[in-house]
Amino acid sequence: MPAKIVVERVSHAFDRHQVLESVSFAVSPHELLCVVGPSGCGKTTLLRIMAGLLVPTSGAVFIDGQEVVGPSHKTAMVFQHFGLFPWKSVRANIAYGLKNRGRREPERVDGLIRTIGLEQAAHQYPRQLSGGMQQRVGLARALAVEPEVLLMDEPFGSLDAITREQLQDELLQIWERNQDISGVFITHDIDEAMILGDRVVVLLPGPGRVSQTIEVPFPRPRAAGGVRAHPAYPELRTSLWEALRADRQVPVHG
Amino acid sequence: MGNIGVPPSVVVVEARPAPSATRRRRRARDARWLWALRPLSVVLVLVAWEWYGRHTNPILFTYPTAIARAGIALAMHGDLTRPTVQSMSVLGWGLGLSIVVGVALGLAMGRSRVIDGLLDVPFNALYATPLVALVPVIVLWVGFGPNAKVLVVFLFAVFAILFSTARGVREVDSQLIEVARSYLATEVGLWKDVVLPSALPYIVTGIRLAVGRALVGVIIAEFYTSIGGFGYLIVTYANTFQTAKVFVPVVILMSLGVGLTAALELLERQLAPWKRKEEQRT
Repeated sequence: MPAKIVVERVSHAFDRHQVLESVSFAVSPHELLCVVGPSGCGKTTLLRIMAGLLVPTSGAVFIDGQEVVGPSHKTAMVFQHFGLFPWKSVRANIAYGLKNRGRREPERVDGLIRTIGLEQAAHQYPRQLSGGMQQRVGLARALAVEPEVLLMDEPFGSLDAITREQLQDELLQIWERNQDISGVFITHDIDEAMILGDRVVVLLPGPGRVSQTIEVPFPRPRAAGGVRAHPAYPELRTSLWEALRADRQVPVHG
Repeated sequence: MGNIGVPPSVVVVEARPAPSATRRRRRARDARWLWALRPLSVVLVLVAWEWYGRHTNPILFTYPTAIARAGIALAMHGDLTRPTVQSMSVLGWGLGLSIVVGVALGLAMGRSRVIDGLLDVPFNALYATPLVALVPVIVLWVGFGPNAKVLVVFLFAVFAILFSTARGVREVDSQLIEVARSYLATEVGLWKDVVLPSALPYIVTGIRLAVGRALVGVIIAEFYTSIGGFGYLIVTYANTFQTAKVFVPVVILMSLGVGLTAALELLERQLAPWKRKEEQRT
C-alpha cells in the first residue's frame, strides 16, 4: 500500500537558526505515528509544515502523492493550546471547520457533541469548560470535517495526568472507529507515544533530526492501562530513552 | 478591621478551605454593605452640596434643589427644547461620524503595516494636540455653521476610537489566526470569525472614551463658533449671574455622559456574551 503521508528531507531555518535538518519519514494509511523529542527539537515546526501553514526552507511533504503547498481539505489539526474561539459556543466551535467547507450538517455536529458527552454544555463558551472538556471540543472540531489526516500537536500536554490518560483512551477508541484516518501525534512524553503510536519517530534537537524510528508492538485495540502492563513495555521504554540520548552533548528533558 | 485595603475575596482565598459560619456570614454582610456604597456616595455629595450651597452667595454658587427647580421651570417654559435639539444633533453627527471613520481606519491600521506606517505619526500628533487650539482655524475653513461644530466634535472623538480599534486588531491572538487558516478560513471569514470578535471589546472601550471627549467637544464648539445649544445656555445664564440655571445644562451633560457610558457597557455585554460568562465561572 502506498504511504498516506511522506515527509521528504524537510529542512527549515528561521532566519539563520536551523530548526530542522533533513527530516524524512512516511505514514501508512490508518497508521498513528508519534513524534517524540525534547523541547526545542522543532516538533511543532515540523507539524506546521505538514499542515501547510509553513513552507519549509527545503524538502517537501506529500499527502497521497500530492505536495502540500497550503492548508489542505484532507487535513485537520488539534492544538496544545486547544485553539478554540472564546466567542463561539461549543457547538459553533465544533461546526467551524464544516462551515468553512460550506457544509451545514447539524446532525453530525449533534452526534459529536453526544460522543464527547457535552449535550448539556453545547451552548456554553469554551472558557466555562475544564481543560479536558475543551480539548474534547478541539478533537470533535477536527473529526467533524472527516479528515483523512489528523495532525495533533501535543494535544494533551497541558492537561493533568488523570485527564490525559482518559483522553488517550478516548483517542484510541476514536482510532478504532475511524479506519480512514491517518495521523501524526507530537509529544514529549515517551509513555504517551508508546500508548498511542504504531511507530515512534525520535527527534534529536539542535537542529531537529531523526534519531531513530521504533516499531510499537502492542496489539490494537489498546487501552492506556493495558499497554503499561504489557511485558514488552519496559524494554521498549528503555530503547526509546536510548534513542533520545543518542546525542549526549545536549541534555534531555521531559 | 485589621485588613484595610485587602478585598474580602483575598482574605477568603488565604483562609482554610472551609470558611467558618461566622466568616461566611460576615462575608455576606460585607457584600451587601459594599453594594450600598455607590448610592450612598451620591446622597452624601448631594447633601453636602445642598448644605454648603445654601450658605453661599447665590450668584457665586448654587445647590441641588435650586437647580432642580430651575430645570423644571426652564423645561416648562420650553427654553430647553431648542438647545437640546441643537446640541444633541451636533453630538449625534459628530460622534456617529467618528465611530464610522474611527472603526474603519482603525481596522485598516491594525491589519496593514503599510497603512499603519503612513497614518500612525500624523494621527498620533493630532491626538496629542490640544484640539481647542485648532478651533479658530476650523472656523476659518468651515465657517461658523453647524458643520464646524460637527467637525470639532468629530476631531475630539475620532482618535480615541481609531487607536483603540487598531490596538484591538493588533492584539488578535496569532494562534487563533493560525487555527482559522488551518481550518481553511477565507479572508472574509478570518475577519468575521476571528478579528472582529476579538477586537470588539477594544472598539467599545474606544467609543466609551470618545463619548466623554465628544461632550467636551460639543460645549467648546458651541462656545467658539456660532453660539447655540447648551453652550449658549451656559454662557447666557453665567453672564447674567443666574447660577442655578447655568447648572441645568451642566447636570444634563453630566447625566448624558454617565448614561451613555452605562448604555455602552450594556451594549458590550449584549455583543460579547462570552466575556460575561467568563466572569461567572470564577
